[in-house]
Amino acid sequence: MTKPETQAETQTDKPSHLRRDRVTMAHAGGGKAMRDLIDEVFVSAFELDTSEDQARLVSDAMSEHGAKLAFTTDGYVVTPLEFAGGDIGKLAICGTVNDLAVGGAKPLWLSAGFIIEEGFEISRLRRVVSTMAAEAKRADVRIVTGDTKVVERGSADGLYITTSGVGVIPPGCNLGAISIQEGDVAIVNGVLGDHGAAILDARGDLALSTTVESDCQSLASLMQAVMSAAPNLRAARDLTRGGLASALNEMAETAQLTVEINESKLPIRPEVRGVCEILGLDPLYLANEGTLVLFVPENEAEAALASMRAQDAGRDAVVIGKARKKGPIPVTMRTLFGGERVVDMLVGEQLPRIC
Amino acid sequence: MKMGLQIRVRGQVQGVGFRPFVWREARSLGLVGDVKNDKEGVLIHVSGNAMHDLPDAIRTSAPPLCEIHGIEVTEMVCAPSDQFRILVSGDEGAETSCPPDAPICSACIDEVSQAGRRADYAFTNCTNCGPRFTIVERLPYDRQRTTMRNFDICEDCRAEYENPLDRRFHAQPIACPNCGPLLTIKPYAANPLDAASSRICNGEIVAVKGLGGFHLACDATNADVVQSLRTRKHRPSKPFALMADLETIRQFTDPSDEEIDLLTGPDAPIVLLDKVSGRLPESIAPALSRHGWMLPYTPLHWLLFKKVGRPLIMTSGNLSKEPQVMDNDEALEKLAHIADSFVLHNRPIARRVDDSVVLPTPSTPMVLRRARGQTPGTLALPISLPDRQVAAYGAELKSAICLTKNGRAMLSHHMGDLDNVLAYEDFLKADRDFANLMDHQPKLIAVDRHPTYLSSRYGRDLAEKAGLACVEVQHHHAHMAAALGARGWDGEQAVGIILDGLGFGDDEAFWGGEVLVGNYKTFRRAGQLSYAPLIGGDSAQREPWRNALVRLDAAGLNAAADLLFCDYPVSQLRAVAGNTAFAPPSSSAGRLFDAIAACLGILPAGQSFEGEAAMRLESLASTSQDDGWYALRCLGGLIDPSELFEELLADQKRGVPDATIARRCHGGIAKAFSDMGRRVALEAGAQTIALSGGCFQNRLLLTMVAEELGEFELCGPGPVPINDGGLAFGQAVIALAQSS
Repeated sequence: MTKPETQAETQTDKPSHLRRDRVTMAHAGGGKAMRDLIDEVFVSAFELDTSEDQARLVSDAMSEHGAKLAFTTDGYVVTPLEFAGGDIGKLAICGTVNDLAVGGAKPLWLSAGFIIEEGFEISRLRRVVSTMAAEAKRADVRIVTGDTKVVERGSADGLYITTSGVGVIPPGCNLGAISIQEGDVAIVNGVLGDHGAAILDARGDLALSTTVESDCQSLASLMQAVMSAAPNLRAARDLTRGGLASALNEMAETAQLTVEINESKLPIRPEVRGVCEILGLDPLYLANEGTLVLFVPENEAEAALASMRAQDAGRDAVVIGKARKKGPIPVTMRTLFGGERVVDMLVGEQLPRIC
Repeated sequence: MKMGLQIRVRGQVQGVGFRPFVWREARSLGLVGDVKNDKEGVLIHVSGNAMHDLPDAIRTSAPPLCEIHGIEVTEMVCAPSDQFRILVSGDEGAETSCPPDAPICSACIDEVSQAGRRADYAFTNCTNCGPRFTIVERLPYDRQRTTMRNFDICEDCRAEYENPLDRRFHAQPIACPNCGPLLTIKPYAANPLDAASSRICNGEIVAVKGLGGFHLACDATNADVVQSLRTRKHRPSKPFALMADLETIRQFTDPSDEEIDLLTGPDAPIVLLDKVSGRLPESIAPALSRHGWMLPYTPLHWLLFKKVGRPLIMTSGNLSKEPQVMDNDEALEKLAHIADSFVLHNRPIARRVDDSVVLPTPSTPMVLRRARGQTPGTLALPISLPDRQVAAYGAELKSAICLTKNGRAMLSHHMGDLDNVLAYEDFLKADRDFANLMDHQPKLIAVDRHPTYLSSRYGRDLAEKAGLACVEVQHHHAHMAAALGARGWDGEQAVGIILDGLGFGDDEAFWGGEVLVGNYKTFRRAGQLSYAPLIGGDSAQREPWRNALVRLDAAGLNAAADLLFCDYPVSQLRAVAGNTAFAPPSSSAGRLFDAIAACLGILPAGQSFEGEAAMRLESLASTSQDDGWYALRCLGGLIDPSELFEELLADQKRGVPDATIARRCHGGIAKAFSDMGRRVALEAGAQTIALSGGCFQNRLLLTMVAEELGEFELCGPGPVPINDGGLAFGQAVIALAQSS
């Protein structure tokens, strides 16, 4: 673990507070308190080698798996920090792992940076960190370096985490929306909108009381399986903020094609539809954290589906649409009654439009 | 050389038999000279003793389809001539305008009804009637640029086409069974018309390719087939239009002379007429007090109706939420599960155009849907506005665009809801189309201020790409400007009472019950309905009970709400009500009517089309003669309907009939907004009040407000729809004013 820096100079000489149950400004100090926090909460959970200021990665590990390096970073901010199906720690691992995985990379190493609000419970921090460790193990990646900062009460909302990830992409693999061809089919691995609905529910103030859990999960092993089952896999995206609609719009724009999806094929839980109905949201725009959409040539669709369905993360995999010649609208949806709807890019919030 | 006159005629004067008309008038006055079409309209050179009589003759007896915007007469020296001649277009200049489609004329009705070469011919037309806008592919308007170009004209037709005395002189779509389009029917029958009529009489649903798209036709007197059409079309209750001749219409309603004028007008629209007799199935327009009637407006419809001899349902041939289908193959595919038979023909439809809809009111007829027979007609703009080329892109639902040029505005036909792919494609096509028709290059763009309307995003992108300024217009300011602009208002200050569903407000709330004061350039919000949360945004539009809940809660009538809506997720909605992300504040008058409807048990759980609950409420209120009203408290600029709900519930408890309650609600709302409008007008020194917004499609409300405000000049319904179909016109007016 690299050395934490001092956030507020005036706080540096306060005594250790680790035995208290909350993070204090003393933990920002660089003294023993900080050292204790790092050792007891992070180092042991992540099995870090803290002898030097930087992680040292063996280049053999890279060349063994691939030809290109994939590198990504993402900041995680979520309210509430814990929700049905996960917490901010699980998000921070899965999100970054998935960003690597959908590019065809095998994720290898992660860094983790924490911004902690003064007063944050240490037991809660331990919970988050242990989810991260478990999730990293499950995704077969190692957290190799990190950082913590403590900020004064009110300067942050509990806990923010930033993770960066490095992975390697095998030779010949060049996934990208630009490669999508007319006639390719679009597949999702599971149900849409669960994460968004679970977060809305977890906020409590909306009295939604659903049983929906976040779909937050790592997609690394699923991607490895699809890549070997469908060698001409064109592109994949994980659906995060903005949901399926935003991902497809970005891909269609890049590919200069129109993507047509079929409403009757979209896997959406009735509970999620219920939440959307109450709040006036469109499930196509709800966030996911463990769901991806990918494009394969039609003749590889069956193989791709079979490989996905063999894993937990892909049990509900289904073809939802296909790419066709570019029309004036990038993404359209065949509705239940046979009509065709515009699925536009989300700009800001979902707003009422009916006049 | 001798002195003569040059007469320039502007307006809709091409393709409507104008030159033969001038030819006949000039000859009867003993004049010599010539007449021709050119880029600006029609140009006449004439000399002779009675030459000064010609302009008046043109003004008083021009052919039915022409619309003269101006006649300029100048004296000039004329070349000697011994006769009056029609110069064929192309000689000099080009025909540059395209008239709207016109309903079959009486001469053509006679012709198809009797023996002769056009007996029973479904594509008969002449210069006084027939397809225009729906067949034009490009300009100038001549046969080679219409969907008639693949039909080679026969000798008999050519003789008519070339004879200035014939009513088919230069009738571009001229046709007969030898050379023109033909009908077919699937499943096959030798005589498509006879087969279609007998199948309709036998209770079949028949898809019929018409002028601007397909209809689904069936026997309107057969309740079973009407119900089956509802089921197959997934259209539970939205009214179906009816088609019959005048004589038959009179058996079911009692149209006034003005209403007959509307039915038989050059646009032959659907006219909403009060139901008089209950002999038609209730399912045609459930719980509503009017039926939409139209005359058979093409020879095909005329012949079909005559053979069936009963009123026909003529509803758009479409899938739920889509515009109607246009092509044969598309119809066979998409309507396969709805229609039993298909009447097809081989004249392609160049442009999808729906039937126009008009509601008669005590003052002016109110165009609810501007479409067939009305576009591409243009509207005069207020004369104070600068002459610039503006493109305005309207709203999201009831999409229509508006282009301005030479002091006139072309407000396009209704294209439907833009989140439908076909409608959006029509929108894109209309933008190209009308630019071409008007030789238009926008210098300024106008859009609604809503962040995510597809039309607004399209306009913003276009402006950015072309380096043009984009004026973002507040929704209800545009409604106000549309109503004022359509009357040519040019004053300093006017008041707008805008009662509407929803529009994005300047404070980022959703407006819809507003009293505005200002002019085309600027406005100020002087009064409004109090805000209530719009729980679940568009979900609140679909479910009237949500609006009742928030209004009852706001009035402190929570217990009554609990009781009224005990079967609904009340506590869940209340939890959401405080969260502006999911329950933005709204002053929508439309939702207030929904709330009242829900309290009276009218479709509380859900309405199947926009405005359904309010339309039923109006129909219910119209059955009462009560002249009472519920007072709405007015504090400063805020109209609070809480007391209306208190009185409503109290009357309900007393057993007052629902119709009386519904009427008192209308009376209260009309009075509150009229009072506020009057006060604001007096303060601002304004003599004119605009009445606009979708809620004024409610004729009872409109009539009540108009009666209250009799001392003012009122600008309300007219040729520009007061719903969102007229929004683009208001946007264009505002953009023009702001650019000066």
